[in-house]
Amino acid sequence: MSYQPRNARSHQLLKLNLAPWRMVAVGGMLLGGLVLVAGRAFYLQGLNTDYLQGKGDAVANRNLTLPTHRGQVADRHGQLLAISTPVESLWARPVELKLNPEQHVHLAKVLGMSPPELTKKLARRTRGEFAIRRPVTPEQAAKIAAMGTPGLYLRREFRRYYPAGEVAAHVVGFTNVDDLGQEGVERAYQDWLAGREGERRIMRDRRGNTIRDLAPIKTAQMGGNLALALDLKIQYLAHRELAAAIKTHKAKGGSVVVLDAKTGEILALANQPNFNPNNRRNYKPEPMRNRAVIDTFEPGSTIKPFVAAAVLERGLFHPDSVIDTPETWRVGTKLVRDVHPHPRMTVTEIIQKSSNVGAVKLAMSLTSQQYWDVLHRSGFGELPGSGFPGESAGRLRAAATWKPVEHATMAYGYGLSVSLLQLTRAYMAFANDGEVMPLSFLKREPQEVAGERVFSPSVAREVRAMMEAVTADGGTGQRTRVPGYRVAGKTGTAHKLVNGHYAPDRYLSSFIGMAPASNPRLIIGVVIDEPSGGVYYGGSVAGPVFAQVMAASLRQLALPPDAPETATRMTQSAPVVAAPTVVARVGGGM
Amino acid sequence: MSRLNVILALVLVMCALAVIQAQHRARTYFVELERLKKEARALDEQWGQLQLEQSTWANPARVDTLARTQLGLVAPPQERTHIETLVGEP
Repeated sequence: MSYQPRNARSHQLLKLNLAPWRMVAVGGMLLGGLVLVAGRAFYLQGLNTDYLQGKGDAVANRNLTLPTHRGQVADRHGQLLAISTPVESLWARPVELKLNPEQHVHLAKVLGMSPPELTKKLARRTRGEFAIRRPVTPEQAAKIAAMGTPGLYLRREFRRYYPAGEVAAHVVGFTNVDDLGQEGVERAYQDWLAGREGERRIMRDRRGNTIRDLAPIKTAQMGGNLALALDLKIQYLAHRELAAAIKTHKAKGGSVVVLDAKTGEILALANQPNFNPNNRRNYKPEPMRNRAVIDTFEPGSTIKPFVAAAVLERGLFHPDSVIDTPETWRVGTKLVRDVHPHPRMTVTEIIQKSSNVGAVKLAMSLTSQQYWDVLHRSGFGELPGSGFPGESAGRLRAAATWKPVEHATMAYGYGLSVSLLQLTRAYMAFANDGEVMPLSFLKREPQEVAGERVFSPSVAREVRAMMEAVTADGGTGQRTRVPGYRVAGKTGTAHKLVNGHYAPDRYLSSFIGMAPASNPRLIIGVVIDEPSGGVYYGGSVAGPVFAQVMAASLRQLALPPDAPETATRMTQSAPVVAAPTVVARVGGGM
Repeated sequence: MSRLNVILALVLVMCALAVIQAQHRARTYFVELERLKKEARALDEQWGQLQLEQSTWANPARVDTLARTQLGLVAPPQERTHIETLVGEP
């Protein structure tokens, strides 16, 4: 609204008699003030803006960590084997802690300890804070929170639980307090299971509510879940039967491996002694070792089917070829002896009766290189490839370094070492018409895998037929029979090497077998370390474990029986058909 | 000219109010979203605990003991198993 003088009269009224310098002085002061204010504003808004904005943001903005937790591990049917769940733990900050005697007694009661015990717990002189009890139960947590004592507080943390406990302990493994996998699958798949914490920047209001999402800094990644190949029911059966056998035979230890012959999946793997992964105290390394994967042993007679396969493959013998088998046979300085001698045996009978002399004579018809080649192809001396941490490759020396004696002892399983998992895997060649599927601890679909051909289908079937004779009358594995099913397998009883000498009274009893023999679906390997209850033959110690686990597993998988009717002793005659189905299953296989 | 200015000024004021309104709504929704996220996390944790409880009850070792001792169950012997053939199966 500018003033425009319209006439002289009004102009006159406004006229003041002021000295011109006063006008200039006042105008100058006002202008100076304006420049000052504008300059300051420019300084704050223009030049110094980042600093001030930063100060402002610091009051309202926060970086928020997005918590993540470790993924679950489940068996092939979704039964949980490991899960992380938040628990409350009770912490104390001694500087602030004030408990009157009444509260002291109350707290001791809630925690289930005597008042003096609690006094001792709290007496710790630390500057920081310490855990009184981790974890506390939800009921305890509620009672403690209701007390509202200063210096006592509950902290939320994730804890790993293993619902299957000791049953699947060696496969699943466990984590340490920092949630890092220490053993087993927990360690092998640490990166996948762990997940990653995220971070984002948020704006908060006066009351602490988040009001704006400003920027994600790191996206959180939840820990991935794992579905193992393990079948918890079969795993439990393997665990139960093994534990019972260890007890009956007063053995030092033992292992059971159950493989799916068609897919190479590890359906069960149990060891004795074992441990409870939920109990974090009293950890000893000895029971924690996964013997089936890590320990190696000399396979003894369980190697003989590979000798048979090697000679059949080259056309040197066929299953009915007759061989002279004297009671003893000398190779160099070594006298090979049979426990149950027969003067003449067919190749099938050599396997059936586990004749050392026969096996040596078969192996001697091959060159070292030829025999080595078969063992090497079967996976001996190589990592089985299960991906399990610390799996061992066993030992198979190059053929060129074999002495003739070693070539002979190698025919009945001395001079090389294998792990139970490796040996059971190698038997997959006989079960699966010559093809070995890659091992897996994780569940997979059959079409996902391509096998590796080790033997021709006809050789694999011939050797399988020989191994079926092992469980028939006159074989070493009569106690491995499973009612209703045809079973093929091989017993092994090996002397243990103690301080460089074979101990005459310490044995390793083993049995590796498969069923239904007409088209094997399962392979089970059992080894019992130092049975000292008087019985030590593989067929009598490891065999019954095999039979129990196999019978229950076959029922669990509802596989149709393949034995001829007469052998199954059925009260009613069932029609012999291509695809019978088990209908009546009472009580389950548990 | 001046009439247009007045209209524009009014529009401006309305827009400014709308911005405030929108901002407020955004914040309210955001608070709600945060609350629901927190609830989802809590439910997720509860689900985990229930799963843990379920698997503890369904532990094969426990089922085995209960079936044998309390219910007196046994696995059926071979003589009591009858094999049926489903007609029409290949």
